[in-house]
Amino acid sequence: MPDLTTNTGGIRSPNPFWLASAPPANSGRQIQRAFEAGWGGAVWKTLGVPVQNVSSRFGGLTIRGVQGAGFNNIELITDRPLEVNLREIAETKRLFPHNPIIVSLMVETEAEWKDIIKRSIDAGADGLELNFGCPHGMCERGMGSAVGQEPAVNERITGWAVKYSTVPVLVKLTPNVGNIVPHGMAAKRGGAHGVSLINTIKSIIGVDIDRFVPLPRVGGLSTNGGYCGAAVKPIALHMVAALAREREFGLPISGIGGVSNWRDAVEFILLGSSTVQVATEVMLRGYGIVEDMTDGLQQYMRTHGFERIDQMVGKAVPTYSEWGHLDMNYETVAKIDADRCIGCQLCVAACHDGAHQCIHPQEGTRVPHVDESECVGCNLCQIVCPVPGCIDMAQVENGHAPASWNQHVNEGRALRPKKGAH
Amino acid sequence: MTAHLPPQRSETVFEDFKLPLLHDAAVAEANRCLFCHDAPCINACPTHIDIPQFIRKIATENVHGSAKTIFESNILGMSCARVCPVEVLCVGACVYNDLHQPPIAIGRLQRYATDEAYAQGWRFFEAGAPTGKRVALIGAGPASLAAAHELRRLGHACTILERRANIGGLNANGVAPYKMKADRALSEAEWVLSIGGIEVRTGVNAGTDVTLESLEKDFDAVFVGAGLGADSALGVPGEGLPGVSGAVAWIEAMKLGTVDVSTVRRAVVVGGGNTAIDAAREARGLGIPHVTMLYRGLQDGMSGYAHEWKAALVDGVEAEWQAVAVAIEGDGRVQRVRCVRVDAAKRPVPGSEFTVEAELVLLAIGQSKLGDTMAALPGIRVERGCIRVDEHGFTGRPRWYAGGDCTSGGQEVVNAAAEGKAAAHGIHAELTGNAKAGSKRHA
Repeated sequence: MPDLTTNTGGIRSPNPFWLASAPPANSGRQIQRAFEAGWGGAVWKTLGVPVQNVSSRFGGLTIRGVQGAGFNNIELITDRPLEVNLREIAETKRLFPHNPIIVSLMVETEAEWKDIIKRSIDAGADGLELNFGCPHGMCERGMGSAVGQEPAVNERITGWAVKYSTVPVLVKLTPNVGNIVPHGMAAKRGGAHGVSLINTIKSIIGVDIDRFVPLPRVGGLSTNGGYCGAAVKPIALHMVAALAREREFGLPISGIGGVSNWRDAVEFILLGSSTVQVATEVMLRGYGIVEDMTDGLQQYMRTHGFERIDQMVGKAVPTYSEWGHLDMNYETVAKIDADRCIGCQLCVAACHDGAHQCIHPQEGTRVPHVDESECVGCNLCQIVCPVPGCIDMAQVENGHAPASWNQHVNEGRALRPKKGAH
Repeated sequence: MTAHLPPQRSETVFEDFKLPLLHDAAVAEANRCLFCHDAPCINACPTHIDIPQFIRKIATENVHGSAKTIFESNILGMSCARVCPVEVLCVGACVYNDLHQPPIAIGRLQRYATDEAYAQGWRFFEAGAPTGKRVALIGAGPASLAAAHELRRLGHACTILERRANIGGLNANGVAPYKMKADRALSEAEWVLSIGGIEVRTGVNAGTDVTLESLEKDFDAVFVGAGLGADSALGVPGEGLPGVSGAVAWIEAMKLGTVDVSTVRRAVVVGGGNTAIDAAREARGLGIPHVTMLYRGLQDGMSGYAHEWKAALVDGVEAEWQAVAVAIEGDGRVQRVRCVRVDAAKRPVPGSEFTVEAELVLLAIGQSKLGDTMAALPGIRVERGCIRVDEHGFTGRPRWYAGGDCTSGGQEVVNAAAEGKAAAHGIHAELTGNAKAGSKRHA
């Protein structure tokens, strides 16, 4: 049985699946039920000065009938009294001593940080997560992403937290920046033991086109919220990988952003995360999803011969490269398996209208023909094909030695003739 | 016209065999559609509805646009959604069949969009600028309704002559009630007529009440959409006994009024086509305990659709294969059918006689063809009772066009709709002096 235990900056967890700081980690009873269901750890919904929230608070994005493919919220940090949260943290730790509770925090002054850190650790926190990421409501008050977008402020407050904490400190980063690396580096300079990312992305989830009000609607008004859910995974993966491959960085990463199943978790781990945090999928389906996440991850590890999570962490980072290093002479063409093809010709429409006009209908059969001399190997046909395994992007042995653009420019290496560029 | 139907009719006991899709289910099903390029379903539809497009519009909740796409190709899209044998047309052509997944429920999606159009009272088409031309249409069934509607869009005045008291043709009088009831068909006919400028004369027999020559004289063109005639007879002794009826006549009586089957314990339906299967399913649905289909061939030789026969089996219909009726017997009314087995060449097998008890016998062995009435006019060619036409519905005699069952011998509503529309364009081209593209006249 593969070992799922993890260590993120000194925070040990029986498995890499944590509840993110969000509505599913709002109260003791919730987190206790999550641990019962099999979640490894939980990041307690951000403590600070309790807020008051609005209704409604959430918006869902439906794509081709799939509800909640994307999600956003305008909910703020905890609205519960601090004493209640602290009492429930202590109670939950007593009931589940082996499941880490990371307490998310967001306050303003150094004195406030010092006080809330002490009280959280006294309650039993195994780690702290500094909420420098919330993109709505709190940032207007000088907190959340207002901190995360300013490396100097990030570094200073991280420094306070590290100074007053006796448990590991993670800094939760906002994706609402042009380049994530300086912000991760600021957290590192402040002494953080790790980072977690991404927080939500500033967004408007939609518009009520009959009432002329953006969503979610609060009476006659709306406001921008934080975008999350399955649809944000590509953005999150990039930011995680951008930090993971940064030589000077080197801090543990807790990956967040659209993790909905074990496959997503594997992707985050391969790009450098040692744990992953989940909120939206739990909000849409409940805590029970963790059973498949654990089971699927273990089966994946068995298939690939991994015995421990740390053997997987960052495994795909070295192959995340720059465009200039890609082999220009690597060539693929689409091959359609006539026996599997069902004749929908989505590839014909996609290639003709959206790519390079090399897939054509043929007389006497619904199976299209690929003009390989024109095929640029773009993948679009494979992406639209509804039949698994029907279109293969086959490598062409073209006899050209590998050559990247950089090698071509700097060393004069020969590139193969262009295709589809006439 | 719906007011002419009695509210209590035998057909009203039937419920829909295929249930309507509610909004969420329709959107979910629409989202499954792959939006195929050069989609096979379009080619399988005689009216070439742009099916992927109307389905995509359901997915985006543009139901108005969806219905418009349907009606643009087939003004009878509401009834076709219910009565089309989609299993052998669009749905049968869906590429999901090849993926071993359930094909898109195209008929039910079409019903979703078109029912909404009717419920909302949407109108999509207006009559064209008047051309001053007048067209007579014989028959008020699907072919003539489709032709008249298209002719009106092109600006020609229309007059429909219908021998019955009601319009709608087979859609009103013959469609199995678990697919569509007569009131729905009449609503459709009225909806089609609402484009305006279509005069309807019921109770008029073209050829007798009004001569063909006078029609030719009074109108600029004539479209013949007369359908089929009376049920064919078996030609066996006892056929005239009470309790023996043509299936089409019996179905019509059930749909427009009432038939009393309270004393019928056993019914025999003679035939193996879709009318026979319909009649058998309807007889079971009306509560007749034992319904036996008598067919001279084997199951795989039936002209009725396999999916319809399968449904009949589920309904509890039984069959006697390779059997023909040789006599119908009874004391004052039918009591039994004497039968004999036949071999593969339809020859009676000596000594194989048997008897089936029956208080109701329905004959579904075909209908008479009305084409010969038209053969009186030189230039109109009739073969086996069917009027021969080209792809524009042209009969060979200038200004005479035809479509629907009187040309095909009996096909689907959707075929009649397609033929009527094509003929409208043929008529328009001739009346306005424009050449018909690709015309291949037989004359």
